[in-house]
Amino acid sequence: MPKTARLSRFNIASLALGLAFLYLPILILVIYSFNASRLVTVWGGWSLRWYREFFADRAMIEASWMSLRVAAASATIATLIGTLAAVALSRGERFRGRTLLSGMLYAPLVMPEVITGLSLLLLFVALNAERGFWTVTIAHTTLTMCFVAVVVQSRLGSLDRSLEEAAMDLGCAPVPAFLSVTLPLIAPAIVAGWMLAFTLSLDDLVIASFTTGPGSATLPIRIYSEVRLGVKPEINAICTLVIALIAVVIVIASLASKLSSSRGESAAPL
Amino acid sequence: MSARRIFARPARFAAIAPYVWMLLFFLVPFGFVLKISLSQTAIAQPPYEPVFDLTAGWTAIRSAFAALSLDNFKLIGSDDLYVFAYLRSLTVAVTATALLLLIGYPIAYGMARLPKRWQAVAMVLVIVPFWTSFLIRIYAWINILQHDGLLNQILLALHLVSAPVVWLSTDTAMYVGIVYSYLPFMILPLYATLAKMERALEEAASDLGAPPWQVFWLVTFPLSLPGVGAGVLLCFIPIVGEFVIPDLLAGSNSLMIGQTLWLEFFTNKDWPVASAAAITLLVVLLLPLLLYERLQRRQLEEQ
Repeated sequence: MPKTARLSRFNIASLALGLAFLYLPILILVIYSFNASRLVTVWGGWSLRWYREFFADRAMIEASWMSLRVAAASATIATLIGTLAAVALSRGERFRGRTLLSGMLYAPLVMPEVITGLSLLLLFVALNAERGFWTVTIAHTTLTMCFVAVVVQSRLGSLDRSLEEAAMDLGCAPVPAFLSVTLPLIAPAIVAGWMLAFTLSLDDLVIASFTTGPGSATLPIRIYSEVRLGVKPEINAICTLVIALIAVVIVIASLASKLSSSRGESAAPL
Repeated sequence: MSARRIFARPARFAAIAPYVWMLLFFLVPFGFVLKISLSQTAIAQPPYEPVFDLTAGWTAIRSAFAALSLDNFKLIGSDDLYVFAYLRSLTVAVTATALLLLIGYPIAYGMARLPKRWQAVAMVLVIVPFWTSFLIRIYAWINILQHDGLLNQILLALHLVSAPVVWLSTDTAMYVGIVYSYLPFMILPLYATLAKMERALEEAASDLGAPPWQVFWLVTFPLSLPGVGAGVLLCFIPIVGEFVIPDLLAGSNSLMIGQTLWLEFFTNKDWPVASAAAITLLVVLLLPLLLYERLQRRQLEEQ
């Protein structure tokens, strides 16, 4: 009889502690955002006061709006180009410049953001581009399309290729075969890729700081300049709202990947 | 011709758009960084000299080339501020990566031991914080670690300390922040290799009489090395250039290289020196970057 793997007490303890470590700080932040007291550390009862203060804060609202627009635009472009890259890398067999393309796609995943941000800014300055919405969007697209490419490529890699080949054996041309067979199968990964790109853009401080211009701060830039001055209860409320938004995005993305795994393949790891 | 090869032809055309995009917005900008790192600082807009002006003709371009100099690199190599910043960045990255491995391994190991159903749940639970904003997660720790924050309140209530401990603006706080932010990046690749590992090998070792620690050191750990490598690179490279975490959580008396670059750029407006710092940082990271790229490519293309 095969021995079944036993969970030792050590395994359970390390898992529980690890998850507590990951979640407790966020939970505490959310709870304190409902604190009525101005002193962040004294509990003064439940209240929505800081949320009201946030919605009255013109600059914060403008920055949030800017961030949402940048995130939506850059995630959409990144998903489009990132998916094309994934298709080329996983279905293009060997072609000239393939190593360079994969190198350019994987490097930004770990490249320190200060380098990416500085280099893009110098490009925009050299091109004499007016800095603002579009420069940040282009910068975020460059970063997030790499994540989309990895998510979609790993899905394409786990896909049964005989499906699209069967379509072609039955007389379908490559492009229609891709559109009618492959694309529906990788759609969940594409959705997940868009969501990931959206949250990454919403989150980015460093690259946005380099590439934005005066008067068009994103939400992280605003939050950062407030946080440097110290903890403010209003920031707790904003952070909680961002977390809630991201939670909705995660639920949609996990539904999408559930859809993808129910079609017989494992979901993308990211 | 096989269907696979016919399919590959239009698939290759899909490479055009990402190719052009990444060349223009990823590779070409490095050329600008390199160029400006060789320029002189100037009080002008943009704040560096010489500015290449392609309309001014060939002689102007040649004299612009002649004006390039290695002064900024000499400055970085001789100024203690930069040398210490590089050393500190590397020390912090090595220490933090070691901590991440020590903390992440048992968690990944525990995940891989869970029943299959629960493994998926645990994986989602580890990924979710990665989706939550980086800045927010650091901010959450400021809440906890500040002078009258939750941690000090708890320690005081338990009578473990008699006066509030200074946590913020210390290296301890910075390490907590780094470990907290990068933990999912360490756990996921470790878990991926540990979950795929043939359990029978461990069982064989223990059936043959190896005590658990020997099973771990001689069988489990060597087999998990690809995951260890991926996790270590995935954490080490970005931590070397980290800006936000040391800026918000560590003290300001010793800076990391990402902070000095930021300072030169935004506060001192010295773009050439900031560019030279970026190039030097890139050179330091070149080897780990290449290693990571190979690992990633192999992983995605072996499937």
